[in-house]
This record gives sequence, C-alpha cells and structure tokens, in this order.
Amino acid sequence: MLEIDVEKKLRDFDLESNIKISKGEILMLVGDNGCGKTTLLNMIAGLTEPDKGTIALDGRPLYDSSIKIDIAPERRRVGYVFQSYALFPTMTVYENVAFGLRTRNLSNREIELQVREHLADAGLWEIRNARAMKISGGQKQRVALARALIIEPDILLLDEPLSSLDIRKQAEMRRELREKLRSYAVPSIMVTHDLRDVACIGDRACLMERGKIVEAGRADDVVSWASVHAEIDGEDIATLTR
Amino acid sequence: MREIALKAVIVVVICLTMAFIALPVASLFLKSSPDAVLRSMNDPAVKDALRLSLTTSTLTTLIVILMGTPVAYVNARFSYFGKEVVDSLIDLPVIMPPAVAGIALLMAFGRMGIVGQHLNTLGFSIAFTTLAVIFAQVFVSSPFYIRQARTSFEDVDLSIENAARTLGASRIYAFFHVTLPIAMNGLISGAIMAFARSLGEFGATIMFAGNFQGRTQTMPLAIYTTMQGDLDVALCLALILVAISFLIIALVKTLTRRMYKNVRD
Repeated sequence: MLEIDVEKKLRDFDLESNIKISKGEILMLVGDNGCGKTTLLNMIAGLTEPDKGTIALDGRPLYDSSIKIDIAPERRRVGYVFQSYALFPTMTVYENVAFGLRTRNLSNREIELQVREHLADAGLWEIRNARAMKISGGQKQRVALARALIIEPDILLLDEPLSSLDIRKQAEMRRELREKLRSYAVPSIMVTHDLRDVACIGDRACLMERGKIVEAGRADDVVSWASVHAEIDGEDIATLTR
Repeated sequence: MREIALKAVIVVVICLTMAFIALPVASLFLKSSPDAVLRSMNDPAVKDALRLSLTTSTLTTLIVILMGTPVAYVNARFSYFGKEVVDSLIDLPVIMPPAVAGIALLMAFGRMGIVGQHLNTLGFSIAFTTLAVIFAQVFVSSPFYIRQARTSFEDVDLSIENAARTLGASRIYAFFHVTLPIAMNGLISGAIMAFARSLGEFGATIMFAGNFQGRTQTMPLAIYTTMQGDLDVALCLALILVAISFLIIALVKTLTRRMYKNVRD
C-alpha cells in the first residue's frame, strides 16, 4: 500500500494531497495543466521535497517531515515514465534500458539477459543498437516503460505517457500499457488529460484542481464527474470518452 | 530601383567589412616569404615561445576545466544566495582591460601583494615566473569556458537527469554518465575558446609575469619583442598563431553545430 499525505506551497496555490493506493492498483490522476499532478509524482519519486507530510510504502517511510526522513530518489525504487520520456540521447536503446541495472553493479551477463528479455517483450530487440533519439514516438514510449520496469520498481509513475503519440498509436499503446501495468503488482499512478486513458487503463481515478483532490472514486465514475466539472482543458467530455 | 540601390549598399558594406578583417590577415601572408618563415622556425625565440605558449595554454585549459566545470554546473542547476554576485565575478575578466587584470594579479599575488607577501615569507614567489603566466591566463580565459559550460548544462533537460536518479543513479553518477556526455560538445567548445584566449593573452601576462625568453615570453610577447629587431621572426610567430586561430574556429564551429543538433534532437 502506497500512502501519500503531503503539503507543498506552490507559486499560485497550496498542494494538499491525501491518497492511498493498493498493490496492483492503477490510479489515474486527472486535472488541468499546472494543477500539481506532475509535482505530486515528483514528490513521490523524491525529486521534489514536500513542505510537510508523509509518503510511505507498506508502512516504510519514504518521506516523513516529522522525523526528517527523505529517502533519495535513487533508493526509492520508483519506476518513472516521464512525459517527454527523458531517454538518454547519447545512448542506444539497449544502453537506455540497461542503465538502471548498471547503477546496481550487476554483471554484464546478467544485464544482457534481463535487457534482452525486456526488449524482446516490448518488441524492441531489433532496434537495440539505434540511438534513442532516432526512433519513433511509440518506440520511445516502449523504451521508457521498459527502462522503468527493468529495475523491478516498488511504485510505478507515468506522466502522460501517451500524450505525444498520434491518435491511432494512442489506442494501440493504451491497450499495451494496460496489460503491462496489470502484470506488475505494484501501486501505479498515471497522470493524464485524456478520459479515454482513465476509462481504459485505470482502476480508480482522482480529479485534481489547484493542488487538491476534488473528486475520487472508481475509474468508471469519471464520466459523471466530468459532466459535473463540465470540461477539462476546454475539450468536450463526450468526445474524450467516446 | 530603390530596392536595387539598397541591395548594392548592403553588398558594399559587407565587402568593406570583410576586407577590413581579411586584409590585415592576408597581409601577414603577403608580407612574409616562405623561406624566411621556415628559417625563422629554427630561431630560439620562436621555439621557446611556441613551447611555452602551448605548455602554459594546455595547463591553463586543464585548470579552467577542473575549476570551471563544477561552478558552471552549480550555477546552471541551483539557486543560492549570492548567485548574481558569483555570475558577475565570473564575467568580470572579460570586461576588465588586460592591463588592469595584470596589476590586479600583482596586487594579489605579487611579492608585496595581499597573498603574495605571505607566500614570499615562505620562500615561494609567483610573479615573474612561468606560474604567473598560467595565473594570468586562467584569470582571463576562465569566463570563456564557464559561460559556455553553463549554457551547455542548462540545455540538458532536467527530466533526463531526474530519470537517471529514479533509475538508481546518485547525483555524481548521473552527472558523469548522463549529463556530461550530453553537454560534452559544448564543454569542448568552451575549452577550445579558453585555450585560444590563453594563447593570445598579452596584457596581463606582461604586467604580472614579465617578458623573459624561455620562462614567461609567450608567443604574443615574443611577437612584440622580436618585431623591434627581426620582423621575419615576428611574422613567423604571427602566422603560427593565425593558423592555430583558423583551426580553433573550424573546431568550435563543428562542435557548435553538433551541440545544437543534439539539443534539437
């Protein structure tokens, strides 16, 4: 169980979030641009320090302001797929996926076995020697996911992983992503603007506005919240959920 | 008609500007005979100046890289109290006249200088030694590297560094394995600019290190000294510096192109 109860003063508003996510559960975080979704993910990953509060995984504190615990990002075992994928541009696909294992000082043999398995599973083995920046958007997304999963994370964070793909690719990747996340029994949080992601991938969903969770419930309920909140980013909800 | 006239004026201005820059450089070649240049290559003043300039400029560049890289990275990534002051100090030697830099170094590290007087009592002297040449070169060339390095680090997307951290890399590991390789072209370009500035340094060196052949007489100082006696030797040294300058421009342009290509990608 991942338990988050944090506060942070941002430029325009105060972020206050209280969320619990069970193992194997996929929580979708929906909200306007700049409402604090990415900041919340960064706090869970240890990249941004909250002002106060706690973040705990299975009772083990990752952050606790009252007893001054703040585990460094490299020791949190968080798999994070960034919005821009954040692939290492000077490395090949293989080296990108192997990076997390190299930091753990595994042998080359062990690294090769694991990377081969993950790349083959993602259909990327054929392009293992390609530069990370020379591959297509869909392939980048797969590399980023394989890179995050190979470290066997305890938590998975995905920041709009489908947003830079075209519509057709999004539908395909959405199915792939759902199957992938389902197969890993870890708490997952995915940030999205697209209610189709919520309906297709999530178990639960939270709607965030100016740093606060204003609605929370089953992912299927998202359509009814959306009708209450009328529009997200000026887009028509009916179109988004079609 | 007016458009043609405007174009003609622009062409004339461009040609005049180019001629103003190219003519003195071309004159160096036109005024020197290959025989005299080759003969001058064996002149002890040329050999000593070339050896000293290349040695001190190389050492200076290494020092600037070692000292400047952490400063550039910290200034690119972090906010801290007094950052504006640090930034201004880094840029100061670029604006400061070289003669002022020379006297400032003397006041700090000269025999009667603030630091120099204490070193002197320990029997250690910096002014008018080869070390003083390196001090002067580091002082004037470090901003060229630090500014370029800072820009290169700023161009590295922070999320790439963050991705490395979440994958198990410490700050140091992420810096050496992820950030540095991405910023490398820019850093090399900055180092080349610092090397070039060191090679051409004159004012601060002559004031702080003096002009002693084989010890502190670098190529620009040797040109100044030999042109009062043997113009061929001065021209030989000048041509060597021009050749190095062309090489440096070509290297920097190539690396800059590669750097912006990486950033675009």
